[in-house]
Amino acid sequence: MDKQRYERPLIKKLESNMPNKFGTRTEYLPKTHIDDVAVTELADKYGSPLFVLSEKTLRSNIRNAKKAFETRYPKVQFAWSYKTNYNDAVCRVLHQEGSWAEVVSGFEYDKALNNGVEGSKILFNGPDKTDDDLKKAITNESIIHIDHLDEFYAIKEIAGNLNKDVNVAIRVNMDTGVYPMWDRFGFNFENGQAWDVLNRIMRSDIMTLVGLHTHIGTFMLSPNAYAVAAGKLAELAIGIKEKFDHEVSYIDMGGGFASNNTLKGAYLPGTDISPSINDFAEAITSALISSNFEHDKLPLLILETGRALVDDAGYLIGSVLSNKRLSDGRRSTILDVGVNILFTSFWYDHKITPAQPFTQYTEDTVLYGPLCMNIDIIRDHISLPLLNKGDKVVIHNVGAYNMTQWMQFITLRPKIVLIDIEGNTHIIREDEKLQNLLDVEKVPDHLKDFEL
Amino acid sequence: MNINKNIAVSDSGFVFNSTTGESFSVNPIGVEIIEMLKQEKTIEEINQNIAERYNADLVTIDKDVSDFIDLLKQYSLIENQDAA
Repeated sequence: MDKQRYERPLIKKLESNMPNKFGTRTEYLPKTHIDDVAVTELADKYGSPLFVLSEKTLRSNIRNAKKAFETRYPKVQFAWSYKTNYNDAVCRVLHQEGSWAEVVSGFEYDKALNNGVEGSKILFNGPDKTDDDLKKAITNESIIHIDHLDEFYAIKEIAGNLNKDVNVAIRVNMDTGVYPMWDRFGFNFENGQAWDVLNRIMRSDIMTLVGLHTHIGTFMLSPNAYAVAAGKLAELAIGIKEKFDHEVSYIDMGGGFASNNTLKGAYLPGTDISPSINDFAEAITSALISSNFEHDKLPLLILETGRALVDDAGYLIGSVLSNKRLSDGRRSTILDVGVNILFTSFWYDHKITPAQPFTQYTEDTVLYGPLCMNIDIIRDHISLPLLNKGDKVVIHNVGAYNMTQWMQFITLRPKIVLIDIEGNTHIIREDEKLQNLLDVEKVPDHLKDFEL
Repeated sequence: MNINKNIAVSDSGFVFNSTTGESFSVNPIGVEIIEMLKQEKTIEEINQNIAERYNADLVTIDKDVSDFIDLLKQYSLIENQDAA
């Protein structure tokens, strides 16, 4: 006789007072498949935890984003934000879809070159560009987005020594009406810093100002802030035209569009409050088109969208290690997914779905990771169906930042698998081995031997 | 270990404590355990009974049943015989 499916016994006190912080049940159907590939099959074949990326979703996201902007504005270029996810396979999907590279370090710059992106299609951002990085970028005719005056002088000197003209843009920070105002990168619009450096660039005979760049924040929930920013960059560009009779080729609006994740402390889920890519496109393109640019001389619009393209293409499969009861009676469940590989659990209340069928019963649960650290909390309050040891869960919207900001800590980082548009799976990054770490360690001779 | 006499349990998993006015929701396997406790079955008997009918190993069942009984105690649904 077939035995019945086991579910652990549950008793839940019924309360009719204030809603508690665990909220209501959010998961109604198990996430058994990712792009038609069974989650259990993925975990059996590649191990748990496991990052899984959907090429289908990634391509669909960039195509939708391009459509949103290109149907509203004549000249649009996306540049893939390497720091969001610089796995080569991910970068190449986006390069195949026509995206340039946007990098913020020498390491990322080399990665872009290694991926076959030509120098002139690499936008070099960030406050930390070494002299060697600048030399390389100038030699390869990349566009350098100047972050501070020290960098301006370094570029001037290096380009002078190389006797090579250099294409530059400046990063502009500004008040767009949102808090916090990001004024640590680039030159301020309101207090005249931006004009100060623009005057210096325009007086330099070795630098050509080709663009204006801004990046107003991260996980922005207000499209209007982008309209304000686009308006201010347009004002600068038109000012440059009037003062120097020089036209900038592009306006780069950076990134920062929100994904569908739910920020910690948010009253409503991200799926309800995050603006769509069309909302951002409408705000930015309307501001540029209604500015004082001559209608046939609109600059190229560059977008460095990262999170909004890759976040929902990434999943993290994990397994239940144990169920425990905390001293105050709350249920706690330990997963094999720690905050070291799910950095974004510090920012978001990630959506987490069991990968196997479940009943309507749920339990208020604290989800812990496996690290022997008190901070290792994946969700500090979630109403979850009943999970047993060994059950699989799928953590959603993890494609942005986790696979670049993850830390190797007490254990080794897992594999990353890509599911292609045909449903075939490919390992795009192997799991770490002890030897990978030993390879970079050195033990001085006097520490080689010991007796215990 | 006995379920308190003033506890009413419905087949659908609704548990009412007439002394305190508290009510609880219990899943089907939980109702079965409460029924077995009412019949004064031992924990070993309960574990065995569940293992025979459900696809789980005894270790898992033992762990979950203990946890469930701990909660019944915490909610004062079980008479504490030691204290009696």
